[in-house]
Amino acid sequence: MPQNLWIIPALPFIGFLINGIFGRKLPKAVINAIAVGSVVLSFAWVVKVFMTAGNLAATPVTEHYFTWIKSGEFQVGWDFTVDKLTMIMLFIVTGIGSLIHIYAMGYMAHEEGYYRFFAYLNLFMFFMLNLVLAANYLILFVGWEGVGLCSYLLIGFYFVKKSATTAGNKAFIVNRIGDFGFSLAMFLIVINFGTLNFTQVFSAAPGKPTETLTAIALLLLVGACGKSAQIPLYVWLPDAMEGPTPVSALIHAATMVTAGVYMCTRSAAIFTHAPAAMETVALIGLATAVFAATIGLAQNDIKKVFAYSTVSQLGYMFLGVGVGAFSAGIWHLMTHAFFKALLFLGAGSVIHACHGEQDMRHMGGLKKYAPWTCITLACASLAISGFPFTSGYFSKDAILGAAYAHAPWMYWVGVITAGMTAFYVWRAFWMTFWGDYKGHGHPHESPPSMLAPLVVLAILSIGGGFLFNVPEILKDMFPLAEGGGDEFTLTAISVAFGLAGIALSYYMYVMNKELPGRIATSLGGIYTMVYNKYFVDEIYDATIVNPIIGGSRDVLWHGADQGLIDGIVNGVGSQSKGIGEWLRLLQSGSIRSYATWIVLGSVALLLAMGLASGVVR
Amino acid sequence: MNLLTLVIALPAIGFLLTILIPRTQEQVIRLFTLAVSLVTFVLSLGLVTGFQSGQTGQQFVADMVWIANPEIHWHVGIDGLSLWLIILSTFLTPIAILISWRSIGDRVKEFFAFLLLLEFGLVGVFSAWDLFLFYVFWEVALVPMYFLIGIWGHDRRIYAAVKFFLYTMAGSVLMLTAIIFLYLRAGTFDYAVILDGFSSGRIALTHTEETLLFLGFFIAFAIKVPLFPLHTWLPDAHVEAPSAGSLMLASVMLKMGTYGLVRFCLPMFPTAARENANWIVILAIIGIIYGALVAMVQPNMKKLVAYSSVSHLGFVVLGIFSFTQLGLDGAVYQMLNHGISTGALFVLVGFLYERRHSLAISDYGGVATVAPWLSTIFMITMLASIGLPTLGNFVGEFLILQGAAQAHFLWTTFAAIGVILSACYMLWMYQRVFFGETGEEVRHHVPDFNMREWACVIPLVIMMVWMGIYTQTFLPPVSEATSKILDQSKMNVPLRVALPTHSGGSAHAR
Repeated sequence: MPQNLWIIPALPFIGFLINGIFGRKLPKAVINAIAVGSVVLSFAWVVKVFMTAGNLAATPVTEHYFTWIKSGEFQVGWDFTVDKLTMIMLFIVTGIGSLIHIYAMGYMAHEEGYYRFFAYLNLFMFFMLNLVLAANYLILFVGWEGVGLCSYLLIGFYFVKKSATTAGNKAFIVNRIGDFGFSLAMFLIVINFGTLNFTQVFSAAPGKPTETLTAIALLLLVGACGKSAQIPLYVWLPDAMEGPTPVSALIHAATMVTAGVYMCTRSAAIFTHAPAAMETVALIGLATAVFAATIGLAQNDIKKVFAYSTVSQLGYMFLGVGVGAFSAGIWHLMTHAFFKALLFLGAGSVIHACHGEQDMRHMGGLKKYAPWTCITLACASLAISGFPFTSGYFSKDAILGAAYAHAPWMYWVGVITAGMTAFYVWRAFWMTFWGDYKGHGHPHESPPSMLAPLVVLAILSIGGGFLFNVPEILKDMFPLAEGGGDEFTLTAISVAFGLAGIALSYYMYVMNKELPGRIATSLGGIYTMVYNKYFVDEIYDATIVNPIIGGSRDVLWHGADQGLIDGIVNGVGSQSKGIGEWLRLLQSGSIRSYATWIVLGSVALLLAMGLASGVVR
Repeated sequence: MNLLTLVIALPAIGFLLTILIPRTQEQVIRLFTLAVSLVTFVLSLGLVTGFQSGQTGQQFVADMVWIANPEIHWHVGIDGLSLWLIILSTFLTPIAILISWRSIGDRVKEFFAFLLLLEFGLVGVFSAWDLFLFYVFWEVALVPMYFLIGIWGHDRRIYAAVKFFLYTMAGSVLMLTAIIFLYLRAGTFDYAVILDGFSSGRIALTHTEETLLFLGFFIAFAIKVPLFPLHTWLPDAHVEAPSAGSLMLASVMLKMGTYGLVRFCLPMFPTAARENANWIVILAIIGIIYGALVAMVQPNMKKLVAYSSVSHLGFVVLGIFSFTQLGLDGAVYQMLNHGISTGALFVLVGFLYERRHSLAISDYGGVATVAPWLSTIFMITMLASIGLPTLGNFVGEFLILQGAAQAHFLWTTFAAIGVILSACYMLWMYQRVFFGETGEEVRHHVPDFNMREWACVIPLVIMMVWMGIYTQTFLPPVSEATSKILDQSKMNVPLRVALPTHSGGSAHAR
């Protein structure tokens, strides 16, 4: 029975078209109905597919719509496929997507360009669903670049603001650097496999030489590092917080940025046969996790804290993938989607409450004014800290356990990072909700349409790990890993680190409020480094961006193009006297008279041609 | 009468009739030339519907003696390579006329007449199957463009026009010499006969002869493309040309060069083409990166787009000289896509110029606030230009890079850098022109599209999406033609020299 998978992305695409073309003239209620309705219907179709598709592990659903590109023997179809991994992604994308669309109705209610916002958001859903439904690398790449486009458009949503559009450009360009790797990987795949179809590539992968697979896997990793903000390409994600908060939640936390993890997991057949690449994935993930966590410790902008936290958590997912615990990575992808979407939406609610203020130093005491936001954010903070039996506890634990089995030192670095994570998230929590309000105006709680998604996400953040045991669901695709050590001890240690982080943050930001300042002063240079994000942006500018721009202008354009080449051309023109004289005649003589001659000449030529060929006779 | 001959002749007839209209009747002239170009376009669609897929030879052939001695034929015909380039020409000419509707107020008659003459030359170039006829059309196309730039251009128009003319003439002379040499050797200008002579061994060239002939053709085409470092006429020509001139120049005229490479250089001189492929590809790759880098620092929108063309056309040359099916298909497809997307960019920049009377990026800012639709269409065009999947250029770039990767993976590694850089220069320009605070000048002088302008851009946007999603409309005839050319470029080689070895890539592990 055909599942008509195409309907899933088509619905939001229709929403995009209607709102994008006619949105300016439509009333808000209609825009809402179209934007939210299309995504909710898409979710409903996902549920329908889930109910009727039968055993996805045994028989994935694959549908071919039309041939997209064909040249010689190479052929790419517009094909969708659904297996269990896709199913999980579909639920996350359409489910969280629906919630965030609902939330955004309230959050964006007073913004200009309301229709434009929802059109972009729907377009994002279309591309993201394309990405997860793809049955070959090129269709995946369509979604991959498409979500990047939407990310660019939405980061720069407030396009009058230069910082916003600059951040959008940065996101697009850094992602393009990643996509450079992804494209090269695809070229290598076609050369070696003759196709980009997942099933054929993955079934043939075990027989290919390790070096080839390693090269492909590493190039795919470059793409994943761009999209999923890993070292050294993570720099765009913190800046991406210029976009409206629902965007940060949906695109830059829950879905798009996890595409790299999904893609690596999807390519598990390649990665597992390329141990060196796997090791690289794990190392990059781990390095990113700890690096971003240290930056998160010192940020004062509430969205920046969560942005670095996202980078760090994505690092965890890569660690999971890198040590071979693919399903644990996907598990963390899912629970992270719950609690990080909630953190961002909660942050949005906080920002809303404080009339647009994002600096936590100007917040405080909000638990009195925004109790629902406070409680739901507490749930998310518990989950990300790995508090026992919350969703984050399960997935993080699965990753750390696998890391220990792979290399114990990776476990320890991960555990320390978990402690830092708990610290900075709760630091944000205390700074926002405890103490006295230090901002301007009167803070207020958000409307029900914004709170309802928060509550749903809070339930999922707490219970999501129980409800959806991803490794169990995916055990046909990814065999369950055996624990490498005493599981209880490992878990207890990581929980202890998380609790210690929470306790320390309470001590520093509730009980002993002048302590952080003193610590910052005593750390001096180190604090300045961390506070300024290790000056990575500045280093990139000085070593890469500026030399390229300056070199292009001075050396290539002024030097080579205008100086050297045109110098030769003009020199040849003026030095050869005959040509020069001729040129002067041409120039001094009226161009109009010359035009007349040419017209006459052309007429004569045409007539001659006509006569000679017997057309005119 | 043969449909192809009709499609070629109609613009010429229109040109002659336009000249007969009194020059004061400006609106009549505009409407008449528009009508002629539209009828030509509709007729040219007959070439698409009547095109027989699976038939390898020329179609819609007309072969009549034009000049008896030396024997020169009106020999025209098309294959999948010519087909879409002809459609591109006939599709864009009405748009070129429409965008000039109000912006050209001076010597209206000559201007619109020249556009038809240009169309005649372009369609002829892509149809000619007789080397001399090809040369005649090549020159016919050159002339109106020279005047479009020289008469209706901006301040430095004379310099630009002369530079354009001299560059192109330099190449033309070499090509003419090569054609005459071939004639003396083969005794005919008829391309089919010459090709047959090569494959049957009736015409044999020494290695030096073949190399020189190849270079004669190649340099003429390379200037037209333009291939680095022969490109410096292009930015000047574009900046000075009126919008319609830039449109036709970038979209179609540059393709005369790449078309010539595929049509003539590869089948006639396969050995020389393969022997010289390495340095040509290196120049193409330099052009890709160099063009993009220089585009990045341009303060003038038209110059920026012009340098981006140097970069994009570098991809086309790379595809051609990869000698792979994918590379050639991609190259031809990219010619068409570049025609649409860069053409649209010039149309839109022209619209901006008509409003604000400046091409300097710094004179703009905040256009998105006052002209949201213009900004949206510009955005879509920009995305097409930088190769976003679902829009046409992506397919072309992908096939080219894939084909090049099969020949030499290293080539692709460098060429793909151009894909990164294209995002840089385009997005930075877009940000400075469309985003930010709206200045006073922009607020008062930059309204959104009117109906005529909508009529210009909608067909272009439709083509970008169509060519990006449903490539099967366009690619199959192209593939048929290119696979034949690829065969020809292999066929003659073993007789003379061994194939240059291509590293691992071309080993098809299927």
